[in-house]
Amino acid sequence: MAAVQTRSERALNRIAIAAVLVITLIFLAPIYWITATAFKPRNLATTIPPTVLFEPEISPFVKLFTKRSQLREAPAPEEYAAAPWWERMVFDGGEKIVRSGRGEVQPSGYPNRFMNSLIVAITSTVLAVGMGTFTAYGFSRFRVKGEADLLFFILSTRMLPPVVVAIPMFLMYRVVGLNDTHWGLIILYTAFNLSFSVWLMKGFIDEIPKEYEEAALVDGYTRMQAFFKIVIPEAATGIAATAVFCFITAWNEYAFALIMTNRRAQTAPPFIPSQVGSGLPDWTVIAAGTFLFLLPVAIFTFLLRNHLLRGMSFGAIRK
Amino acid sequence: MAHIELKGITKTFGNHTALKNLNIDIADGEFFVLLGQTGAGKTTTLRLIAGLEKPTAGQIFIDGQDVADWGAAERDVALVLQQYSLYPRYTVRENLEFPLKSRIRRVEQAEIKERVDRVAKTLRIEHLLDRKTDRLSGGEMQRVSIGRAIVRKPRVFLMDEPLSALDAKLREALRTELKNLQMNLGATFLFVTHDQIEAMSMGDKIGVLNNGQLVQMGTPQEIYRNPVNTFVARAVGSPPMNLIAGTLAGGEAVASEGYRLPFGYGHGIAMDGRPLTFGIRPEDLFLDSGAPGEARVHDVENHGVEKIVTLRTGEKFIHATVPAQTVLQIEDTVRFSWNPEKVVLFDSGSGVSLRHAG
Repeated sequence: MAAVQTRSERALNRIAIAAVLVITLIFLAPIYWITATAFKPRNLATTIPPTVLFEPEISPFVKLFTKRSQLREAPAPEEYAAAPWWERMVFDGGEKIVRSGRGEVQPSGYPNRFMNSLIVAITSTVLAVGMGTFTAYGFSRFRVKGEADLLFFILSTRMLPPVVVAIPMFLMYRVVGLNDTHWGLIILYTAFNLSFSVWLMKGFIDEIPKEYEEAALVDGYTRMQAFFKIVIPEAATGIAATAVFCFITAWNEYAFALIMTNRRAQTAPPFIPSQVGSGLPDWTVIAAGTFLFLLPVAIFTFLLRNHLLRGMSFGAIRK
Repeated sequence: MAHIELKGITKTFGNHTALKNLNIDIADGEFFVLLGQTGAGKTTTLRLIAGLEKPTAGQIFIDGQDVADWGAAERDVALVLQQYSLYPRYTVRENLEFPLKSRIRRVEQAEIKERVDRVAKTLRIEHLLDRKTDRLSGGEMQRVSIGRAIVRKPRVFLMDEPLSALDAKLREALRTELKNLQMNLGATFLFVTHDQIEAMSMGDKIGVLNNGQLVQMGTPQEIYRNPVNTFVARAVGSPPMNLIAGTLAGGEAVASEGYRLPFGYGHGIAMDGRPLTFGIRPEDLFLDSGAPGEARVHDVENHGVEKIVTLRTGEKFIHATVPAQTVLQIEDTVRFSWNPEKVVLFDSGSGVSLRHAG
């Protein structure tokens, strides 16, 4: 970096920083909105103008995780006094937490759907990236007959809007009994992501000089050992970037999850809005559900941030 | 250590023929240099021996055994490349240990350490052992790379232009080191290069490749003194051999530029009047005020121990080596002649040396 900057360069720099700040604020605004709403009492969620300063509470999360019923009248004072602090919050909102005959708190559907999302997204990401890496390696290193056609064919699976195949897929899944199963969604998401993963990984593996593996082959290692010892560590950046993209796609997928699942294997995306319809919409609960739903992707991306940055500038840096 | 034999090797990639009916014999403990331009098939030859490619036709023998079905790992050869030869992310020590840790070798941990340390000492890279490979200079990288080859005591060393990416000084130093190393190890080396100086200075034997075919094989002396055709004559030597078009007439060589040089009647193979190319090394030309040829000095290059003079005769240039104390001015008119015994005659049509043809 040049130590000396002219005045116009400095001015340009400031404008750039200001622009980045503005853009960042625009991008962060919806996230702030969701996060703020997730901690608001229900009566503040929909005020106009919006409430910016408020005392955060966790009642939306209590509601999110429990089954509740509407109260016709306020609870009896002794019932109120006997309830734990988190249950009182719900009483204040005019609702009552549903308990079983033996007094156990009945959970809402959310934790299960969240787990389903995790299972489906993680498994399909591992499968898509794993298979994609092997396939890309094959295409990159060996003479494959009709390589260009095959690669185009793989890519062409993404050229159709996915919704077009939704109904045939639904019918096929019903015949083979994959409707409303984890594997059904996993297979679907893996198939979606595979073409993307093959293409992305091929780009990354093409950048790794084949001399490294050949040296390992000559040094007494098998092709497989060379792949795991030399290629995989070199491709780590690409694998991380591909995994983040695949994970986000699988995690956010809504349409197929809505059509293909209803209870057992339903993921969080179709579940969260379905809560709007039951009774009066409680936006704080929806915001709480969405807020938690954002966390895994945020954490995953944060953990892999260094790889992602390097992945994006791949090829531009000195080899 | 090993004896390598290539028999009738042909290799095609699609409809491009990289190697055509190649026959090479490398003796045990020999330093064999394959010399050729980019695309001549040098690297392909190396990769075939290493087992990274399969020949389209022909056989490869290592110590008399046909290795067609042997994978790269089983052939027990070591490969040193021009670049990308070190494993990134590993330290120098890990790189040197890598070949010893292969499952097919099963070397004890204590012995691995001992061998790595010994090699590091031989190549003077002990201080680099714990460094990551991306923090090495070009010369250090190639040293480590050579170290990784010698640490396993392979049967054959294959080197693909290992010095080309280095700067001139370092190249010279490593050239000597490599040659010494080969002599100390007594190992069979196959060294590929496009640099004729490397070939001449290091090789026990040189094979000249052109367009996938072996043009000539022999000791550096043979190739220098007695090139099989004008291609080899041009490829070897710096400056290369002078090639002068002309004919023979009455015991004299008549250059197409008109000057005549003594030749004698010794060469019964060539007849008077046949179009020929006379090949003469610059050091076999001399300047003398009574000599028959006349030329103008076009350029003088001072090399310290000697001067290389470019002479202009008509439209053509010829190079001559003269003692350093010779005083010459550009555009001086000088007279020159040659040592007729050193002249190599080529057929001007085919470019083939008449000695070899005849």
